Amino acid sequence: MSSSERVRERLLEWEREVLEPILRRAPERRKAFTTEEGIEVRRLYTPLDLEGWDYLEKLGFPGAYPFTRGVYPTMYRGRPWTIRQYAGYGSAEDTNERYRYLLSIGQTGLSMAFDLPTQLGYDPDHPLAWYEVGKVGVSMPSVQEMDIVFRDIPMDRISTSMTINATAIEVLSMYIAVAESRGIPRAVLDGTVQNDILKEYVARNNYIYPPEPSMRYSVDLILFAAKEMPKWNSISISGYHMEEAGATPAMEVAFTLADAIEYVRWVMERGRVPVDTFAPRLSFFFAARTNLFEQVAKFRAARRMWARIMRDMFGAKDPRSMMLRFHTQTAGVLLTAQQPMVNIIRTTIQALAAVLGGTQSLHVNSYDEALCLPTEESVKLSVRVQQVILYESGVVDTVDPLGGAYYIEWLTDQIEERAWKYIDEVERMGGMLRAVKLGYPQREIARAAYEWQLKVERGEVPVVGVNIFVEPEVPKVKILKVDPAARERVVTRLRKFRESRDQIKVRDALDRVRRAAEREDVNIFTPIYEAVKVGATVGEISGVLREVWGEWRAPEVF
Amino acid sequence: MSWEGTSRRKVLIAKLGLDGHDRGAKVIAMALRDAGFRVVYLGVHQSPENVVRVALEEDVEAVGVSILSGSHEELVSDLIRVARERGLKVPILVGGVIPPEDVGKLKEVGVYEVFLPGIPLSKIVEAFRKAVGESA
Repeated sequence: MSSSERVRERLLEWEREVLEPILRRAPERRKAFTTEEGIEVRRLYTPLDLEGWDYLEKLGFPGAYPFTRGVYPTMYRGRPWTIRQYAGYGSAEDTNERYRYLLSIGQTGLSMAFDLPTQLGYDPDHPLAWYEVGKVGVSMPSVQEMDIVFRDIPMDRISTSMTINATAIEVLSMYIAVAESRGIPRAVLDGTVQNDILKEYVARNNYIYPPEPSMRYSVDLILFAAKEMPKWNSISISGYHMEEAGATPAMEVAFTLADAIEYVRWVMERGRVPVDTFAPRLSFFFAARTNLFEQVAKFRAARRMWARIMRDMFGAKDPRSMMLRFHTQTAGVLLTAQQPMVNIIRTTIQALAAVLGGTQSLHVNSYDEALCLPTEESVKLSVRVQQVILYESGVVDTVDPLGGAYYIEWLTDQIEERAWKYIDEVERMGGMLRAVKLGYPQREIARAAYEWQLKVERGEVPVVGVNIFVEPEVPKVKILKVDPAARERVVTRLRKFRESRDQIKVRDALDRVRRAAEREDVNIFTPIYEAVKVGATVGEISGVLREVWGEWRAPEVF
Repeated sequence: MSWEGTSRRKVLIAKLGLDGHDRGAKVIAMALRDAGFRVVYLGVHQSPENVVRVALEEDVEAVGVSILSGSHEELVSDLIRVARERGLKVPILVGGVIPPEDVGKLKEVGVYEVFLPGIPLSKIVEAFRKAVGESA
């Protein structure tokens, strides 16, 4: 009798003699248990659920293909993930103060949040921008502001991630220019620029131009960084915002990897470069929800799928091209305004999911973020959550501690299978750019968001403090308000800065940006960088590109 | 249920300001539609002027705006000012990431109802019904 036959025999015996009498006396709480993906979860997992499952094919070893168990051989035994809280608000001074505070309490990398005008290519004195200056991030109209943000921060030693997409080249140029003015060459800069425009159309909505010129802009940044910034992640291909918009875990994985496939195709074609020249610097960004095991399975599935895609679809040879390195943020949509302190418990489980899933970098949301930006007090707890997991829990002591668990491996396969179906659908449509223009991922995600909300309404998704264990009073939380004087400060300084520039140089540089935008065959990065260096603002550069490329109107999704 | 031939109430849902978080606005638009409303969904990046213009053109009976960027005070004040200037007299409802302490201020400038995070859809639909003068 083979081992699995023996297990099967004993399982049947256990069901008959142990389980069934119990079920007769004490039935289970529900007929079916399902994950958030809608996968029905069995009562118990045994080796029988993994029959035919091949360890070497499915997992292998960490730091080697297919990287299911992690991208590095020693994982957190060698190097902890980067503690990187997304932060920024008000003026450059406010943000500099917050960054120095975060570093002082043990944060190990920076993550820059920019305000909506900066992200959408408007200077703070533009009529559409005025309301939003400094509200969800720092206002960054010119290189001068970047210099202030990084006062007393060692740009050669700290890694910086920037959530900037439609104006990524302008903002990265500012960062390079400030570093170079301090004698730090661009080649030693370490960090990430989000630069993922496709997911803006899918979920995040901070796009400016139509998809084709936007792709060219994004690809030009990737090509520039591949040549000149060997330590820089030239894109962070993001599922986080899809999850926030309502995507299920399989959708999050699938649409993110489908975006990645589209970028790889574009870079290879536009740059006429082999895949291994740029792919090692592609990075990813996912959400971590509270449904712990499904999230761990999601991260592991994504890693394995990316390795396959790079090796088999694009013929990558360099193992680094096949490594899915990712940042994680705990899911903002799961924060509740009701009983906000409970959010600390939620985010702890979410952060644990990210760590057990093998993240390279982590942001933990703060308990007050269903109401406002985090205060110093609340963000400190987010850093502490990470430190407790890292230094006290022991989950970091071995690589991929959940690897080999029957349930986790079964679930990883399930997520992968479902994700491939979405990717196949996108491929049938002709790739993600086409799918986005047709509104396909947008519709799928909106539908999932609505279904989720209906489940919450019906009580099928229990949320502590919202539909169970409700308390009548909303407790008072200290609210962070952006100082209204910050906006005045930013605008006054910008007006002075505009007057102080060499106007002829600025005009000529903007002309060169325009000419580069009008042609297909030049990289737009350097003309924009030169314009930033002589003092052109984000609003001026985007203004020129808007004139040449036009603006995008989203397709009707329902 | 078929709504053919009935006089369905028409409302407008928009994202006011530059904020791109449209999950809530879309979910509410879908819920209102399922509840029998005709919904004009305007989408993201809407200025107060544009919201008022479309509300007048489409002759809607209520306007719902969603703001998650923390800019609600100024944006909503301007929306209400522009609505008054152009003669738009319908109720304006606001939802988003809004601290409870701001509710009073928004109602003072003339907002009909404010929806804070975590409010059930059924309450939102009910508020829109009341806003257009329909009993729930």
